[in-house]
Amino acid sequence: MSGKTLAERVTSRRGRGVVVRGNDIDTDQILPARYMTSIRFAGLEEFVFRDVRFTADGVAKGHPFDDRRFRGAEVLVVNQNFGCGSSREHAPQALARWGIRAVIGESFAEIFFGNCVALGIPAVTAARGDVARLMDAVELDPAQEVAVDLAARTVSWRGGSAPVRMPEGAREQLMDGSWDAMRTLLEARERILAKAASLPYVKGF
Amino acid sequence: MGRNLLDKVWDLHTVRELPGGQTQLFIGLHLVHEVTSPQGFQMLDDAGLPVLVPERTFATVDHIVPTDTHARPLRDAQAEEMLQAIEQNTRRHGIQFFPIGSGSQGIVHVIGPELGLTQPGQTIACGDSHTSTHGAFGAIAFGIGTSQVRDVLASQCLALARPRVRRIAVAGTLGFGIYAKDVVLHLIRRLGVKGGVGYAYEYAGPVIERFSMEERMTLCNMSIEGGARVGYVNPDDTTFDYLRGRRFAPEGDAFEHAVGWWRSMASDRDARFDDEVELAGSEIAPTVTWGTNPGQAIGVREKLPRVEELPDDDRAAAEDAYRFMDLVPGRPIEGTPIQVAFIGSCTNGRLSDLREAARVAKTGKVAPGVRALVVPGSEAVRVAAEAEGLHEVFRQAGFQWREAGCSMCLAMNPDKLIGRELCASSSNRNFKGRQGSPTGRTLLMSPAMVAAAALRGRVTDVRELL
Repeated sequence: MSGKTLAERVTSRRGRGVVVRGNDIDTDQILPARYMTSIRFAGLEEFVFRDVRFTADGVAKGHPFDDRRFRGAEVLVVNQNFGCGSSREHAPQALARWGIRAVIGESFAEIFFGNCVALGIPAVTAARGDVARLMDAVELDPAQEVAVDLAARTVSWRGGSAPVRMPEGAREQLMDGSWDAMRTLLEARERILAKAASLPYVKGF
Repeated sequence: MGRNLLDKVWDLHTVRELPGGQTQLFIGLHLVHEVTSPQGFQMLDDAGLPVLVPERTFATVDHIVPTDTHARPLRDAQAEEMLQAIEQNTRRHGIQFFPIGSGSQGIVHVIGPELGLTQPGQTIACGDSHTSTHGAFGAIAFGIGTSQVRDVLASQCLALARPRVRRIAVAGTLGFGIYAKDVVLHLIRRLGVKGGVGYAYEYAGPVIERFSMEERMTLCNMSIEGGARVGYVNPDDTTFDYLRGRRFAPEGDAFEHAVGWWRSMASDRDARFDDEVELAGSEIAPTVTWGTNPGQAIGVREKLPRVEELPDDDRAAAEDAYRFMDLVPGRPIEGTPIQVAFIGSCTNGRLSDLREAARVAKTGKVAPGVRALVVPGSEAVRVAAEAEGLHEVFRQAGFQWREAGCSMCLAMNPDKLIGRELCASSSNRNFKGRQGSPTGRTLLMSPAMVAAAALRGRVTDVRELL
């Protein structure tokens, strides 16, 4: 955005996939609130999908995140409205700390999407049929590489590929390394202060 | 063509356009609570940056505070550490903080309006998805993540794409015993939990215009449950009357100037919208959720939907929800036994909510085997309720009367469901595990309906008790 690299330029993500099926998977499922009592994000990976993965007694329920075939996966494939509910960044933080570096889905909740961008995680959407094909392919052959290419706007896997979409502003932020927005925003410091001084409710009515 | 409120507020707060169609948007009011801010302050410190406009950020504690006693240190060491973190962070950065015992502590979305901080025409952000509540005043208010909390602290700005605007008009009148909560649950049922993604919702029409500010807050609060990050009501005399005399509201001549400006921010009569929807107020019944997302809702007199009656896309989720909730399609929801009743939250923890619940509580006693909690949304709500004797009404009926906080809405404090308990709740989310037990179950409804369920020990049509 500013011409200087502020963070990693995210033009593509490649890695093995993991499939979590289902619409409307909320951030309470991704990271239950009771694990948000720390003032640090460190260690959240341990609790990602905790209640979907384990019974109250700690017995594994057979969630994809515990499936040995998906171990080491970096590309998460999901369905509709993934990440709805709470604004907690703890959810994408937990996913990222578990190892997820890109998400492909039919659609995402807005706040979750923005939180992913702020962490340098591309969350791209694909058509329902394409997501279904990708899910089947990854489940059939979890060892294969799934590649999300932001420049070409595609996702490809062994024997298949599909177009993906992402709002243009976010895509550019990721590709030019300005996804960590703070520095970019601060470049306009004088204009920010001028804006503050111009607003009636800030300067006084 | 005229402009809508969102466009006016957005344009006014635009610092600059960013490449790719995003806007650098000035945030006029930043609200902070203890759970989503400590890492944000840490990131700011790591970058060696100050808070750019500390006088536009205000903080309180709500999510983790216990409601049985506010005594310090808190028994939970992590919760105590979190409280100390926000005390230190706000002190170091010169941010006004409303601590426990200040008389102004409470759920961040209850105290912002109560203190007069929330005003029409503002942009408001907070690290909490229910920030949409503040849209009741004709503000553009939305939830953000922790990295964005850091961005606002550092720059008082966010990089955002402008949403589209859907105008939702609720026509006619509401029936007897129908509350704002029923309106919003009905609306999410009709438009879906993802129907609002990419949209801001403008709520309008005669039903909304007649709503009090507290009813408007309940409505806007749950915009996010419909997928809309932002929901708002145009400011009018109801809004201005509410604000007059509040601590941070303008005074005297300044107030009159403010009213003129606030009025000018409302959507023009001929404003353009990206989409328009109309609902009939008369078709809204007391509404209850039966599933594990807020769109899975029915009128209290209806039967639970059969999976095959639902749209294709919703069937898998419905089957899963029925298994989790242990409810049977085709049966009535009315009469379903409950074990816990929770009245409170940023959705329904305000004085008018407690008054309506108390009207019902007055008619009987909490049923044997039901644990019933009333948690005021703020210290000020608690004081006002006690001044009216509502606490005595609740206590005499067998409800526990608690200190202010988020409590069992998300159970980050000691107030939690146990095991498979089924809770009639005035909160906003019925997600699996939301109320603290991974297998605990939630039925969302209005505070009056929760009180009715508490007295009868089962889901009840509150109109029988009014």
